[in-house]
Amino acid sequence: MTADTNVDFTALSNSLDSAILAIANAPDLPALDAFRVQFLGKKGALTEAMKGLGKLSPEDKRTQGGILHGLRQKLEHALDAQKQALEAAQLAERLAREAVDISLPGRGQAMGSLHPVTLTLRRIEDLLGQLGFSVAEGPEVEDDFHNFTALNIPESHPARAMHDTFYFDATTLLRTHTSPVQIRAMEQQQPPLRIIAPGRVYRCDSDATHSPMFHQVEGLWVDENVSFAHLKGVVQVFLQRFFERDDLQVRFRPSFFPFTEPSAEMDMSWNGGWLEIGGCGMVHPNVLAHVGIDSERYQGFAFGLGLERLTMLRYGINDLRLFFDNDLRFLEQFA
Amino acid sequence: MRFSEQWLREWVNPALSSEQLGAQLTMAGLELDALEPAAPAFSGVFVAKILEAVQHPDADKLRVCQVDDGTGTPVQVVCGAPNARAGLLAAFARVGAQLPGGLNIGQAKLRGVESFGMLCGASELGLDGYNDGLLELPADAPVGSDVRSYLKLDDQIFELGITPNRGDCLSILGLARETAAQNDMALGGPELVVVPAASEASITVTVSAPAACPRYCVRVIEDLNAEAVTPLWLTENLRRSGLRPIHPIVDVANYVMLELGQPLHAFDLDRLHGSLEVRMAKADENMVGLDGKTLKLEPDMLVIADSSGPVAMAGVIGGQDSGVKTGTTRIVLESAYFTPEAIAGRARRFGLHTDAAHRFERGTDPELPRIAIERASELICSLYGGIPGVVSEYLSHEHMPQRAPILLRRARIERILGFTVEDQAVEGILQRLGILLEPIAEDLAEGWRATPPSHRHDLSIEVDLIEELARLHGYDQLPARLPSAPLSIAARPENRLDVNALKERMVSLGYREVISYSFVDAPLLEKLTPDQTPLILANPISSEMAAMRTTLWAGLISTLKYNLNRQQTRARLFETGLRFVPQPTGLKQEAMFAGLVFGDERAEQWGGKSRKVDFFDLKGDIEALLALGDLTSQVAWQRATHPALHPGVSARLLLDGEELGWAGVLHPSLEKALDLPGQVFVFELHQERLLRRRVPRFQPVSRFPIIRRDLALLVSDQVSSAELLNCVHDTAPAFLREAEVFDVYRGQGVPDTFASIAIRLILQDNERTLGEADVDAFITAVLTRLNTQFGITLRT
Repeated sequence: MTADTNVDFTALSNSLDSAILAIANAPDLPALDAFRVQFLGKKGALTEAMKGLGKLSPEDKRTQGGILHGLRQKLEHALDAQKQALEAAQLAERLAREAVDISLPGRGQAMGSLHPVTLTLRRIEDLLGQLGFSVAEGPEVEDDFHNFTALNIPESHPARAMHDTFYFDATTLLRTHTSPVQIRAMEQQQPPLRIIAPGRVYRCDSDATHSPMFHQVEGLWVDENVSFAHLKGVVQVFLQRFFERDDLQVRFRPSFFPFTEPSAEMDMSWNGGWLEIGGCGMVHPNVLAHVGIDSERYQGFAFGLGLERLTMLRYGINDLRLFFDNDLRFLEQFA
Repeated sequence: MRFSEQWLREWVNPALSSEQLGAQLTMAGLELDALEPAAPAFSGVFVAKILEAVQHPDADKLRVCQVDDGTGTPVQVVCGAPNARAGLLAAFARVGAQLPGGLNIGQAKLRGVESFGMLCGASELGLDGYNDGLLELPADAPVGSDVRSYLKLDDQIFELGITPNRGDCLSILGLARETAAQNDMALGGPELVVVPAASEASITVTVSAPAACPRYCVRVIEDLNAEAVTPLWLTENLRRSGLRPIHPIVDVANYVMLELGQPLHAFDLDRLHGSLEVRMAKADENMVGLDGKTLKLEPDMLVIADSSGPVAMAGVIGGQDSGVKTGTTRIVLESAYFTPEAIAGRARRFGLHTDAAHRFERGTDPELPRIAIERASELICSLYGGIPGVVSEYLSHEHMPQRAPILLRRARIERILGFTVEDQAVEGILQRLGILLEPIAEDLAEGWRATPPSHRHDLSIEVDLIEELARLHGYDQLPARLPSAPLSIAARPENRLDVNALKERMVSLGYREVISYSFVDAPLLEKLTPDQTPLILANPISSEMAAMRTTLWAGLISTLKYNLNRQQTRARLFETGLRFVPQPTGLKQEAMFAGLVFGDERAEQWGGKSRKVDFFDLKGDIEALLALGDLTSQVAWQRATHPALHPGVSARLLLDGEELGWAGVLHPSLEKALDLPGQVFVFELHQERLLRRRVPRFQPVSRFPIIRRDLALLVSDQVSSAELLNCVHDTAPAFLREAEVFDVYRGQGVPDTFASIAIRLILQDNERTLGEADVDAFITAVLTRLNTQFGITLRT
C-alpha cells in the first residue's frame, strides 16, 4: 500500500508551482482565498497530504513532512506577499481616489476689515498708551462754551471765523475740533492728566481737500513741570514710531491758537519737503483758569493731529473723499 | 497779506534771497503761502512815445501810430486801443519781443497797413488789475528804457498767512519791524513827516462813543486837482498787494493802509451835511455802503454820522453817498483807532469782509492814526495838489488801551520752555521787538517788568513774552526730550470690553467697518425713525446732509446703495458712532454699534450652496458679539414692532431689563420705498451696554454620567420657543444642564398653526448618578407643566 500512502511529490510540487505563479496574478483577496482553500483548506491538497503523514514511518514522516512543510511555507509566503501587494494597491487606489485639489479656496465666511481711520487710531492709542495716555471722549453736538469760550475764543474773536462752524442755533454747534474734550476732561479731573481725545469733528467746508466731517486726535498732558521741550519730544518720537522712520524730522513753527501759548504748527519731513501735520502748544493760562486749574502750579501741552492726513500718508491714499464713500473695493484693502 | 518784496526791502533789506526771506518769515510764524513773480517773463518791451496816431484807412477801430521807441527812427504800428493818442508814453513791444503766453511779436500787416511791433496794454504784459487799453506811462518815463526795469517788475510777490494775533504784521511797516528784529537790523523806510496846516479848514466832530473810538483824527484837504490820476508806482504797489486802483484819493488811503497798517477813510466834504459824530447806530438806521448794498445797522455797530444820518460804518465800510468820486476837490480824511471789540464780527453779519475791518478787528496800533494821517496828507498833497487844513484829534485817554508792565520771571521761562535762556539773550530778543525792560530787582534774579510797544497788543501776559523768546530764539533751536513721570499701572476693569474687541469680532464675522457722515438726508430719517424729529443744521453743506442721524442705519443703508450701484451684490457692514436723539429733556448723544447684511449668506463659493441671508444668520452674528462679554444668555429677544422693521422678523433686545437695541429685516414697504433690490437685515445696539462683560465664575464639573432625553412636542404658533424653554427651565431641578431646540418641523402630520418642536434635555447631577425614576419624574413634570401652561402635548 506504499503507493497509496506515498505522496506524489512531483505532481504536488508542480501544481503548487503553477498555483504560486497564479497567486502572483490573483486580482483580489477572494481569488487569493480560493488558492488558500485549494491547498490549505480542510480538503486542500496540502492538507490532505499532511493528513497522510500519520500513516508513515517516523523516518518517512520526517522526510516527507519536511518537504510538505517547505511547500506549505512557499505557498504561504506567496499568499502573504500577494495579500500585501493587493492591500497596498487597494490603499494606493484609495489615496488616489480621496485626493483633493488643495488649491481650491477654503470654505467659510470671508473675513471683514476695519476702516483705515480705525487702523490709524488704534496705532495712535497703542503708541501714546505706552506713555500712559488714556482715551477720553466727548459729545459731538457741543455748546459754544466748550468749543470756543472755554478755549479762550470769545465771541466775535477772529479765530471763530477760521472755524467754518456748523450751527444748530446761536449756542449749539457741531464741534469744530476735539479740543472741547480737553475742557470736559479738565472740568472733571484735577492734574496730573494725560489723555488723548479722538473723534469726529466738523467744518462747514467741502471740496477735494476738505471734508465737512473728519477725525482729529487731541493729546493733553497737564502736570507740574511739563514743558515745551517735552511737547517737542513726545510729538517727534510719536511721529517717528507711527511712520516707523527714525530719520523722520519734525519741525515746529510758531503759529497761533487761542487756547495755547506758545503755539506751534507741526510739520514733518516728507518727500524732500515739509508737510503740515497738526497744531500744538502749551495750554493757555486762560484755559486752565476756565476749568479751575491753578496755572501757577500746573502747566501742560496739547496737540491735535488729523487722522485722515496721517492715514493717507501711512497707506498712500490719495483722495480724502475715499474715506467716507465707503466703497467696498476701498475698504477691503485694509485687512 | 500779499506784498511786493521790493517794497519791504525799501524798509529793511537783509542779505537773504527771496526764498531765504520767505523761510525766515515762515519760521517766525508768518507762514509763506506763496511766492510768485510780480510779472510773468517777457522781453523786448520798451518805453515809447506815440508821435502821431491817425485813423486806419480801412478799419474804424484801428489807428496807425508813429512811435518813438528810442532807436531814433519812428516806427509804424497799428493799434486798436481807444486811448492810443499822440503824446502818450506807452509800453512798446518791438519786433522780436517775447510776451507772456508765448506770444512772439513779428512784423505784420493789418488790413493792408504794415505794423512793426505792438503797443501793449497791462494785460498783455501779464499785469492784472489795470483798466483796458494801453498802459499809460508817466510823462517823465525815459523813452527807450526797458519797461521791465522801468516798472521794477523783476520783483517777487510774497503771500503770507497772518494769524489773527498778528494784526501788526498786516502792513509793510509791521513786516519790516519783524524782519528787522529777526535779523537784528535797523528799520529804514520813508521819512514820516508832519504836513503843516496851510489853512484853517476843519470839520467839527463829536465822539459820543469814546469807549469804541478812543482816538479819532480828521483833516480837511481842499483844492485838490480833480484831474489828477494815481501814479503808476503807487498803482503797481497796490496791484502787487492784490488791490485795484479805484480813485486817486482812495488809492492813497489804501497805500498808506498797506504801508503802515492804519485803515483810512476819505469823505467828500461837499457831500457831508453839518458836523460829524462818532456814535453807536440807532435802532432802524440804514446806510447804503460803497458796494451799493443797504445795510440795516444794529445798535452795537459804531458809525460815523452827519446830520443826515450814518455816512460810514466805522472801520468797516464807507457810505456810498459821502465817499469821494470823480471830480471831488474837498475831502475829509479820517484816521482813527476803533477798538477790536467795537468792530469784531460786525462786517461778517453783512457778509462783508473789508481790509479795514480785517485790520481793526485784529487790533491796530492806537498810536498810529496821527502818523498815518500825516503820511496820507503828504502823499495826497504832493501827488494831487491840495491845501491841507489842521489835523483835529479827539483822544479819550481813559479809553485808550492800558499797558501795564508784564512780569517776566526768569524761573518761569525755564519752566515753560524746558531750557534756560541767558539774561543777555532775553534782553536782546525782547528789546529788538521794541519791548521796554526794567529789572524787578537789582540782579535780575527775579526777572523783568516788560512793556510791549503799542502795536503788539497781542502781548498781554507772561507766556506771551515767553513765546516771543522762543520764536526769536527759533522753535527749531529749542530742546526736545521725553518727559519722565512716575510709573504706574492703569486700571483695566475685566468686566468691561474694549470696543476694539467688538470690532475685531465683527471682522471675524465678515463685516467691513464703514464711517459715514453724521448728518444725513432728513427724508431718509423720516422713513427710518418717523416718531423722532431730528436735529437740523442751520447751515448744512447740502440738504442731503442737513439732519443729524437718529439711527446709524441711515448711513449703512446709503453705503449699501452706493455699493449696489457699483455692481456689488452682497454686503456685510458695521459702523460705530453717535446717534442724536432729541428728547424733551434734551439731546441724547448715544454711542451705537450697528450692522447691516444684504445678499447671500456667504460669498459664492465652490464648496457650498448659496443661499440668502436670513434672520438667524443675523441673530447668530449678534450672539457671537454678545458671547464676547458672556452675555448671550442674559439677552432676551422680544417680539416688538419697530416702524422700520418687518413686524414678524424683528426683535427688541433686552439686557437685564434695559433696551440693548433692535435687530430685524427692513419693512417690505420701506424696502420698496428705498428702492432696495432685496431684504436688508440690520441691527443697532447700545455700545455702552454691549461693552459689559461677565467676569467668569467657576462651576464644578460633574463626574456623573449624562442622560439625554429628546421630546417632540406639538406647539401652537402662539407660543415661542423661548417661552417653551423658559417653562422647561422653570420646572427644572438642579440636574437639568441644558434644554435646547434641535428641530422645528411643520407639514404633514402637524396641524396648521402648529409646529413640531424637538427639544433636547441634558440631565446630569453633581452628586450622584441619576436613576430612571428621577428622569421619568422630571419628564412627567415638564410635560404636565407645558400642557397646563400652553396646551402643549407630545407628538405621537
